[in-house]
Amino acid sequence: MEKVIVAMQDPDMGMKMRNQRLLITVIPHAMTGHDIITWLIQKYSICEEEALHVGGMLVKYGYIYPLKEPRSIVLHPDESPYRFQTPYFWTSTRWPASELDYAIYLAKKNIRKQGELMEYEKERYSVLHKRINHTWDFVVMQAREQLRASKQRRKADRIVLECQEQAYWLINRPPVCSVPLHYTILHNILFCTLYCTLHCSAQYTILDCTIEASRRALGRNRVKSSVCLEGFVKYSEQYQNHDPIMQGCLPSNPWISDDTAHWTMNSEMVPTPTRLRVECWSFSFMELLNDNMGRREFMTYLEKEFSAENLCFWQACEELRHGETSRIAEKVEEIYKNFLAPGAARWVNIDSKTMDKTLEGIKRPHRFVMDDAQMHIYFLMKKDSYPRYLKSDLYKNMLAKAIVPQETKKSVFPFMRRQRHSSPSPAQAATTATEEDGRAKGAGQAGANSEGGSHV
Amino acid sequence: MAAEKAEMDALKKECDGLRAQIEAARKAVNDNTMSGAAGGVASVGRVQLKLRKTLKGHLAKIYAMHWSADSRQMVSASQDGKLLVWDCFTGNKLVAVPLKSAWVMSVAFAPSGNLVASGGLDNICTVYNIKAASPKTLRELDAHTGYLSCCRFLSDSEIITASGDTTCCLWDLETGKQKIMFTNHIGDCMSLALSPDMNTFISGACDSLAKLWDVRDGACKQTFSGHTSDINAIAFFPSGNAVITGSDDCSCKMYDLRSDQEVIGYQDTSLNAGVTSLALSSSGRLIFAGYDDFNCHIWDSLKGEKVGVLSGHDNRVSCTGVPDDGMGVCTGSWDSFLKLWN
Repeated sequence: MEKVIVAMQDPDMGMKMRNQRLLITVIPHAMTGHDIITWLIQKYSICEEEALHVGGMLVKYGYIYPLKEPRSIVLHPDESPYRFQTPYFWTSTRWPASELDYAIYLAKKNIRKQGELMEYEKERYSVLHKRINHTWDFVVMQAREQLRASKQRRKADRIVLECQEQAYWLINRPPVCSVPLHYTILHNILFCTLYCTLHCSAQYTILDCTIEASRRALGRNRVKSSVCLEGFVKYSEQYQNHDPIMQGCLPSNPWISDDTAHWTMNSEMVPTPTRLRVECWSFSFMELLNDNMGRREFMTYLEKEFSAENLCFWQACEELRHGETSRIAEKVEEIYKNFLAPGAARWVNIDSKTMDKTLEGIKRPHRFVMDDAQMHIYFLMKKDSYPRYLKSDLYKNMLAKAIVPQETKKSVFPFMRRQRHSSPSPAQAATTATEEDGRAKGAGQAGANSEGGSHV
Repeated sequence: MAAEKAEMDALKKECDGLRAQIEAARKAVNDNTMSGAAGGVASVGRVQLKLRKTLKGHLAKIYAMHWSADSRQMVSASQDGKLLVWDCFTGNKLVAVPLKSAWVMSVAFAPSGNLVASGGLDNICTVYNIKAASPKTLRELDAHTGYLSCCRFLSDSEIITASGDTTCCLWDLETGKQKIMFTNHIGDCMSLALSPDMNTFISGACDSLAKLWDVRDGACKQTFSGHTSDINAIAFFPSGNAVITGSDDCSCKMYDLRSDQEVIGYQDTSLNAGVTSLALSSSGRLIFAGYDDFNCHIWDSLKGEKVGVLSGHDNRVSCTGVPDDGMGVCTGSWDSFLKLWN
């Protein structure tokens, strides 16, 4: 049916439209019932009766709406004016017409002019008000906002929109709801299209797209559930010590103790990092790279191995991906000069296929042009340099030097009985607990129990 | 005519056939359940978080909040027409941004901390520079034909928005133009979440589907179904291999990206309120889900059990957030207060 409508609106072969006067305001792009019938007869070589029937369906399903008597949803083959419904309000695009939208429409009508709602509309309004009461705020809000936005439009546009909306709702929520419209709609759309001998390309495209997407989805690699679930369990366990809500935090959780020591100790540039932080670098390569200090350490290690250009290249690619659009061409040029050009100062070793693809892409630089090369270098570092770094003296020394903060002793808050942890087991220090620590912890436990705190 | 109808029928049959094959492929890799895999994991027991701070300052319902990457600052949006940037450690308000349109539904903090974005029923995503002497509007991103339900920054130059017009969009902030439109949903997009590696993002919509998108080419890579009502909230598991969704059907679900299916659902017969928002603790073990029943319930993500509740709000919990350092959780509610718990 929609193909017919589109054909009708074709500027050359379509309907002749003219401005119609409705009371005082001029409505552009309207046509008479008679014109519609004539056009249909001419275009599809059908008889007048069939044209009347098809045209009637177009009106019944809301693709064309009458201007003079909006509630009479029939096609009169005379001078009565009609207009095309905007695709936004086509039943097929907005199907099913939601309750929420209807509520907003009724609310708008009610606010705009008290008493404008018809009897059946008033009934529906109160029914909806009861049913979707929990979102009623949203309804009123939307209605008000839409009214406000419409006030800023020109009067002609506003009237047009109001007509379109009214027509849509007359179709989708008719006064007497005998047969729910949507049940018959699919059947009739199909019937109507066959009747007009149209090639329903729209439906084909939808099905084609769905089939294409489904084929792609079928072809994707799926990993066994057991492996994936194991992954989640392992991740949770590995990071449990690093989760302040699960395990508390050393020296103390700033939210609880009002002491920023934890943040100070873990700020980006500290002379000595905490042990948890250094341990985190061994969890995954991304953890190491995401921490600026870790990245610096790794760079130092690579420099010793004479493969620092890999990390420099990776970093430059990251800056390209996340940086300003205006500097993309400039950055790509720089990366090429420094890392990819033959004889470059910091030439990176990429396989020839990726290199060719990248060089080709550089001719039309965009944000992700270096992605393949960057991936290649990333995996190279991850499989080769990263494991060796974790076994290196550089890392081991860092780990040994790393601080394990002492838990803030209770004596610091002599008169405060606030519970200091969300759970009574703070992150276990790798070093053996000293007697002092033991006493502090014991006191901490007692404090927690006396307040009936969380118990694991 | 008859030939066309027959062709149409054949296509429909192929479509259904493919769908059945996909289901079969998913079943084939499903060789274990979460309860089986997590059987050996120690239970967390009862998690009781205490209220540490209540942030008062908004005059109307709070609709959204977002933590800054520094885990200390946080921005909240309320329908009194203001965005407030808080220092959560001291409880002070740092910046107040007056909004052109009071009907705000979403707010986001840029990773750099320089920009915040907000949007709502005005269909526009407005980006503000809050580091200037007084907050300045940097860009107004106006191309959506529906309300803005969620927005997230990729960097200071790119932002992704989700809208009630069923599309998501990637914008270039330098030019203020749309770069990629992500169209595939058939219902209003209600929320979105970025993957930890920022190469993909996931969106939840009123068509009860969650879709995974590739930021680079705009393609919908995976679709997850299972919910029976609008998906209001969505988040990635910190490893980036799973997504958790919260829906109006009163349940949350976890979908695994690699095995392409749902792995566990979080529902309770005593809970009859829809999920409005959710956030995960930094290890992914705890899920904080805000509900319409004025509470935020805590779930054990591996065991699927309800392990705690945060009560204290006098109205619906509309937004939840855990900062990057995982120190605690913040809940925002229609009662105009933000509460910090841990």
